[in-house]
Amino acid sequence: MNVFAALGARALAVFRGWGHAALFFVDLLRALLPALRRFGLVVTQIHAIGNRSLVIILASGLAVGFVLALQLYNTLITFGAAESLGLVVNLSLVRELGPVVTTLLFAGRAGTSLTAEIGLMKAGEQIAALELMAIDPRQRVLAPRFIAGIISMPLLAILFSAIGILGAWVVAVGLIGIDAGNFWAIQQNGVDVWRDVGNGVIKSAVFGVICTAVALYQGYETEATPEGVAYATTRTVVISSLGVLGMDFILTALMFSTGR
Amino acid sequence: MRESFAFPLPAGLQAHHAGLKSDTFIEIDHVTFGYDERRVILKDLSLRFLRGKVTSVLGGSGCGKTTLLRLIGGVHRVDKGRVVFDGEVIDVHDRDQLYRLRRRLGMLFQFGALFTDLTVFDNVAFPLREMSDLSEPMIRDIVLMKLNAVGLRGAASLKISEVSGGMARRVALARAIALDPELIMYDEPFAGLDLISMGVAAKLIRTLNDVTGATSLVISHDVPECMAISDWVVLLATGGRLVAQGTPAELMASTDPEVRQFVRGEPDGPVKFHYPAPAIADDFGVGAR
Repeated sequence: MNVFAALGARALAVFRGWGHAALFFVDLLRALLPALRRFGLVVTQIHAIGNRSLVIILASGLAVGFVLALQLYNTLITFGAAESLGLVVNLSLVRELGPVVTTLLFAGRAGTSLTAEIGLMKAGEQIAALELMAIDPRQRVLAPRFIAGIISMPLLAILFSAIGILGAWVVAVGLIGIDAGNFWAIQQNGVDVWRDVGNGVIKSAVFGVICTAVALYQGYETEATPEGVAYATTRTVVISSLGVLGMDFILTALMFSTGR
Repeated sequence: MRESFAFPLPAGLQAHHAGLKSDTFIEIDHVTFGYDERRVILKDLSLRFLRGKVTSVLGGSGCGKTTLLRLIGGVHRVDKGRVVFDGEVIDVHDRDQLYRLRRRLGMLFQFGALFTDLTVFDNVAFPLREMSDLSEPMIRDIVLMKLNAVGLRGAASLKISEVSGGMARRVALARAIALDPELIMYDEPFAGLDLISMGVAAKLIRTLNDVTGATSLVISHDVPECMAISDWVVLLATGGRLVAQGTPAELMASTDPEVRQFVRGEPDGPVKFHYPAPAIADDFGVGAR
């Protein structure tokens, strides 16, 4: 009987947590319009979480482009399709790897930073101070960061894919010796701006919503202790990564399941 | 003997006060509150804080003094009873009411709660920029006046990480009074201050109260400073139990053993220094057989 009671209590706690998170998200959405009216705050946050993530995103994009070109060439050559290397790299990056890998890197770089910042603001009573000044912390602190995350993510994903394609070009044309004109022309013919690039951008914006909302929620609801903040930053990476991977499957099924 | 800081109210404020309905600005009415079911912080506490007066709430650590301020600010919902702010019962679910009432109060936090990414100047300017339509030159003048009052006009350009703990508390004090609120709540305003700063802070609290007609609530352990500046003193014990209240002179003259122990800082008395624990002999295994 105690086991059932414990299970029931655990289930209730989980549902209560989900309900709490849902209410937090609704509050965050309500705060968006007032935050947009003070776009200067959003720009500051785009610089803090977007611009400062550039180095790791660009370096990773370049490395992924290098490796992708080498790996795919080895496979494509066996089917006599080495000339389509540029197209396969491009589609892999703009449809899938760009949005997903960028989000995973974003969660590690910017997501943890957001969680720690908000968590420490809570521990230092700065959030309580805002509340008692009759300033809504959701509008003043959370919403500008949320909007910045949603704007930054697609831009970072585009940059990741672009630098990845350049990396693949270096390997394919410079190292392997594939014709440069062919490398670009096959991409121009095979990549649809709306279907491929557009859907990739939509994906990364959705991932931006998930990752930033999780990071802010974990920071805002963290226990105001050093251990609490440490756990919250870890949860940010784990939950947003799993959430993004799950959502990626759903979005891919919706966007690309009809084939070309 | 300490200096008295009583100042007459300006004529305009006297007229304003004469027209007000009630002398009670804050009423704590049979309030019970705990952060969870096992930890009751305040139990059936009733208090009144009078308009235009400096009231100090004294008591040992963990007796619920800071919690009391948070309940007045509507940060937490009371479990039982009600908190009345100038005639309005605080409803923490009514955000419009809550924010309307909060615009009328300023609070000095126990640890300052300053924004560490801003300078001293910007911290004090923060509520003015967020809550008023004042021009930047006007904000600059107000901020420098407030900083001058706490002796930190020369530190305006410093970052929070560059000021000492005591200076940070004075910055927080300047921020709390930036908008000249009707109710100013000070949570441990004298903690971490040197003797000179403590005297200045105490005088500032009294002067501000008298000049602006504000109502001041001071939460502190510092008995001499509070007795010197307060019109009314409330003494709380663990569990939010009301031990005594009265004018500073009444409390100082009290023969109640609990009051005497607290105001004189005596180690022996009804209030135990040690948290309830098993006998020392049991814990260390050195008892006589």
